[in-house]
Amino acid sequence: MTADAASAAASAPAGAPGGPARGPRARTGASYLRYGAGKVGGAAVSLLAVLLTSFFLFRLIPGDPVKYMTGGRQVSAEQLAAYRREFGLDLPLWEQFTDYCRKALTGDLGTSYQFRAPVIDKITEALPNTLLLTGTAFVLYTALGILLGTRSAWRHGGLGDRLNTGLALTLYSIPSFWLGLLLIIVFSVGMGPVPGLFPTGGMESGGEEGFAYVVDVAHHLVLPVVTLVAVDYGQTLLVTRSALLDEMGSDYLTTARAKGLRDDLVRRRHAVPNALLPTVTLVFINLGRTVAGVILVETVFSWPGLGGLFYQALSVPDLPLVQGLFFVFAAAVIIMNTLADLIYPLLDPRVGR
Amino acid sequence: MTTEATPPPDATPPTDATPPVAKDGGGGGAGAGPRALARQRRLRSVLRFWRQYRTHRAGLLGLAALVLFALTALTAPLTVGSDVAGVTGAPGRPLESPSGEFPLGTDRFGRDLLGLLVWGSRVSLLVGLLAAVLSVAIGALVGITAGHFRGAYATVMMRITDWFLVMPTLVLAIALATVMSRSLGTIVLAIGVTSWPTTARLVRAQTLAVESRPYIERAKALGGGHWHIMSRHVLPNVMPLVLAQTTLMISSSILAEATLAFLGLGDPTVVSWGGLLQEAREAGAVSSGAWWYLVPPGVAIAVVALAFTLCGRAVESVLNPRLGVAR
Repeated sequence: MTADAASAAASAPAGAPGGPARGPRARTGASYLRYGAGKVGGAAVSLLAVLLTSFFLFRLIPGDPVKYMTGGRQVSAEQLAAYRREFGLDLPLWEQFTDYCRKALTGDLGTSYQFRAPVIDKITEALPNTLLLTGTAFVLYTALGILLGTRSAWRHGGLGDRLNTGLALTLYSIPSFWLGLLLIIVFSVGMGPVPGLFPTGGMESGGEEGFAYVVDVAHHLVLPVVTLVAVDYGQTLLVTRSALLDEMGSDYLTTARAKGLRDDLVRRRHAVPNALLPTVTLVFINLGRTVAGVILVETVFSWPGLGGLFYQALSVPDLPLVQGLFFVFAAAVIIMNTLADLIYPLLDPRVGR
Repeated sequence: MTTEATPPPDATPPTDATPPVAKDGGGGGAGAGPRALARQRRLRSVLRFWRQYRTHRAGLLGLAALVLFALTALTAPLTVGSDVAGVTGAPGRPLESPSGEFPLGTDRFGRDLLGLLVWGSRVSLLVGLLAAVLSVAIGALVGITAGHFRGAYATVMMRITDWFLVMPTLVLAIALATVMSRSLGTIVLAIGVTSWPTTARLVRAQTLAVESRPYIERAKALGGGHWHIMSRHVLPNVMPLVLAQTTLMISSSILAEATLAFLGLGDPTVVSWGGLLQEAREAGAVSSGAWWYLVPPGVAIAVVALAFTLCGRAVESVLNPRLGVAR
């Protein structure tokens, strides 16, 4: 997986069209706009494809969706027909489809079977919680990965490097949900000498106001964030490390040393900024993995976010909700990738102009 | 069935070293015909590969762990037998902690957890291998054909690849597993058809590099068709890459299988490591502090995934010396 993502990161800029060299002003203007428009257009097509996929994929399900709604209870034929009408399942497939597309464009993703509430409401309700969890973890694991990756590469082959890489690879191979469960056993339930330090799940204890509320949420946030960071920082570390190793033999570093710069300045001012370029793309691509991690971590820690909602929807299965969340997850990753594509040429003038 | 399919690292020293490319071995080794020559050359390159692989300590460690797990899985019918998974007539009381009789304790039905762990290795390894093989096969097919046939076909294929590449793989796999019936085949399919795009991209790049060489032009001039060029010239050249990719892919497939099983999307009738973890969570092992129920399956998953990753990285750095420094 590390190698895949790295190569994906490497191939992304390579796929960008290299425009003819013009004056610096012309390059920053029209050509970048054209490049950006291409990327945004591609993303729009991808989003449309996701919308279509999520419609047809979840119509493939064998059996009658109404059966899931009634949960195996005995219901009369009239009631079943009423359910079908309520969710528009009595219409022919193509009518369901045009209906779906029209509603999706206005932000209506259907009605959840189990909550009897609009899917979009459930999603907007859970979204801030997921953003809080993912955002915190994202910032932390990116910073940690870059920091440790830089150190590892600068002293590569040494004991510190081998420990660092070994630990990163090990944590990378651990299933996130398992790590979460272990952390709960040790730090929430308490084990041996360790008392229960952190709450076992949820996002708040309830009843707190103001600053106490913030502290309470932060307290609940610790274990899920630790889990996500532990599982996800390895990839950033490995890519930063190999990107920096690629730069290590470069002439410009020798020049920098020759003019008398301290080792530490050579690293911070010269090597790292160049090595970070491929890492930027990867950081965004990594979000795809984080989305998967969030589903599991939220499930394990009963975090009231999109991932936990996805798990609840799966166990029914509550098709409109699964479908809506599938779209949200895919859209998040597509948008992040497009952002990476848009930012990259601004950072690295060799690409995409 | 489980390990014979394991890729190259196992193709240890001499004799049995038949690279998967050698499908044309019908002629036998008699005389110094072109086939015998080709075979000797392949043998030599496998030996050379092994000599370099041997210098990677982490790779050897991973290989040793894999051999151990493969043996455990293959001999499971002899050591524990399928009875271990039976709910009726379980030998112990529910949720017993580790003891002399049950080294890893018992599960919620009183079954021996060590036995279940050994028995579960069969499903976890099998699904991981099959899913990885499926994924890499699709990736190699798309990559080679997209690299060979340029034009509209390649454009369309690479568009599809790019689209799959930006999709969150696991979410797509979960969606597929949800809409299909609960079985091992479903899991293999769900992982296989969602994880091929990176392989396709790598293989396509390699195919383009190979096809720009003069000997391909020569083969075309001598009348070699599309199939001949793809199967006889391109495939052998991308094979090392494909094998390294398979090794890395197995690691993520095993993790993906565990994840799907944990989410309750696996086959409920078979024992797998992810399934054990799901049962443990459902049985309340977390709140009752039954760590012996949770720790072993997770450790097993992590060790196998790590072992495949280490092997894959070692294979990669042997095949691509530029990565050597990154080892």
